Amino acid sequence: MINGIPINMYMMLSVVLFIIGVVGVMARRNTIIVFMCIELMLNAVNLLLVAFSTLHGDTSGQVFVFFIMAVAASEVAVGLAILSMIYRNLKSIDSDLLSKLKN
Amino acid sequence: MKGLLILSALGMLAMLAQIFQLKKLLLPMVLLGIAAAFVSNAMEWQQTFSFEYFDNMISFDKPALAFSGVILLTAFLWFIVAHDYFKTGTHMVDHYVLVLFALVGALMLCSFKNMTTLFLGVEILSIPMYVLAASKKQDVRSNEAGFKYLIMGSFASGFLLFGIALIYGASGTFDLAGISTYIHNNINDLPLFFYLGILFILVAMSFKVSAAPFHFWAPDVYEGSPTLITALMSTVVKTAAFAAFMRLYLMGFAEISQFWAVLLSIIIALSLIIANLSAAMQSSVKRMLAYSSISHAGFMLMVVLANQRSNISIDALLYYSLAYSVGSIGAFAVLYQVGKSGNETFEAFNGLGKRHPFLAFCMAVAMLSLAGIPITAGFFAKYFVFTTMIGTSYKWLLILAVITSAIGAYYYLKVIIAMYFSPASGKEEMQVEGSHKLVIAISVILTLALGLVPGLVAEVFKF
Repeated sequence: MINGIPINMYMMLSVVLFIIGVVGVMARRNTIIVFMCIELMLNAVNLLLVAFSTLHGDTSGQVFVFFIMAVAASEVAVGLAILSMIYRNLKSIDSDLLSKLKN
Repeated sequence: MKGLLILSALGMLAMLAQIFQLKKLLLPMVLLGIAAAFVSNAMEWQQTFSFEYFDNMISFDKPALAFSGVILLTAFLWFIVAHDYFKTGTHMVDHYVLVLFALVGALMLCSFKNMTTLFLGVEILSIPMYVLAASKKQDVRSNEAGFKYLIMGSFASGFLLFGIALIYGASGTFDLAGISTYIHNNINDLPLFFYLGILFILVAMSFKVSAAPFHFWAPDVYEGSPTLITALMSTVVKTAAFAAFMRLYLMGFAEISQFWAVLLSIIIALSLIIANLSAAMQSSVKRMLAYSSISHAGFMLMVVLANQRSNISIDALLYYSLAYSVGSIGAFAVLYQVGKSGNETFEAFNGLGKRHPFLAFCMAVAMLSLAGIPITAGFFAKYFVFTTMIGTSYKWLLILAVITSAIGAYYYLKVIIAMYFSPASGKEEMQVEGSHKLVIAISVILTLALGLVPGLVAEVFKF
């Protein structure tokens, strides 16, 4: 129970967010939206960690969230840099065009 | 621990090299630094106690030091081969820095004792690798490799984090020893989502070590990246990921092994079958080596499956990663020389036995080692893995492994046949630098030495 809401609700919400993220990564073709879906997955984890951290009365979960935020930011920075490089070469960011590497 | 600090300092120093015009001194400095890290690593090995730091988040115990040693050794050899890579292009200093920080991540993965350091290690290792994979900026294939690596890597990180969060929810701690104690105390009433967490981490780690069915990114990424970066991926990154896998599952979750062992055995079986059959059908040697690294992942996971907490299991994994790293460095160095013409198929190797006997001989030794033919290191690596498996209930996997390594011999021998029995297509002279010859020779000598005196490593590793 956190503020009158059972922990299961928090878990359910973050599982739903995580699944939306996973489906988005696999189904969408626009690479920017794929990045957004990965962020969604990470934020589902953040929500879950904060909820558990409050439940256990242990701050280490919240500290972990800061690490995730920092790492997610640097990952997106690298990702967008690679994406702008791809755009320069292909004039598009559609992931269907990225299929030069096949057997 | 001193190794980790030296590498971090070296990375920062390399960043400053651009400002202070020390570019020419950078390579000797880096080699010296890695050698110093290796020596301090070896000195810590002499101590009888293990080193714990940061509230026991990092612990340099014997397995950690041993795997760090393997990584530092391969990194040293890699830097000698790779000095070409740093000469071409404009951002040589950045590339040095990225590789050095990736090594810091690799050392963290060898020594983590806490989920936080596991996650940070994975990311510190992976993020520079994404950039390096895409480092041929004008080449769309390299861009694609970097992009795929990034998407798949962060996807896997998402799974890893979700698993960590679920385990934290059940046990209330990130500490590996704490989780182990929690499992021990609640062995009969672990919540369902705790098992789910372990499953998620298993999926994520299989992504990272590129084991089937989570391997699909590996061939594309290996093929598209610059050859030297592929060499780094299949040696340093692989060793670190396996050290982490072993630490996590043999030290953290060993007590509920009956839950994950079945899933792991399926992953291993799929890796062995899919990788070996696909490798046999490739026309590009680089892609073949990528599939071969997936099949080696299958072998190395067998050690984790055998789950013997005695030294034998860790010893077998250490020997395997050393044999595989040394063999791969040699193979990739030769492939880099041959592939300079822009052709990396089997045909490019035609008649290499006449064109450059030395390269051909070294490639032949590397291939035989990867195939596991006696008197090379690869044979004993496989032999030690099979010994750990004998006592377990997964004998069917052992039979499968023997059959698939027979298929494996076919595609490795294809390279040797192309080199010695196919007529050369072009008569172009091959220029090989002295430093490359040196590294290739060292890798051959190490491969043969490990094969002739396997006790060399097994005897050192007593604790």
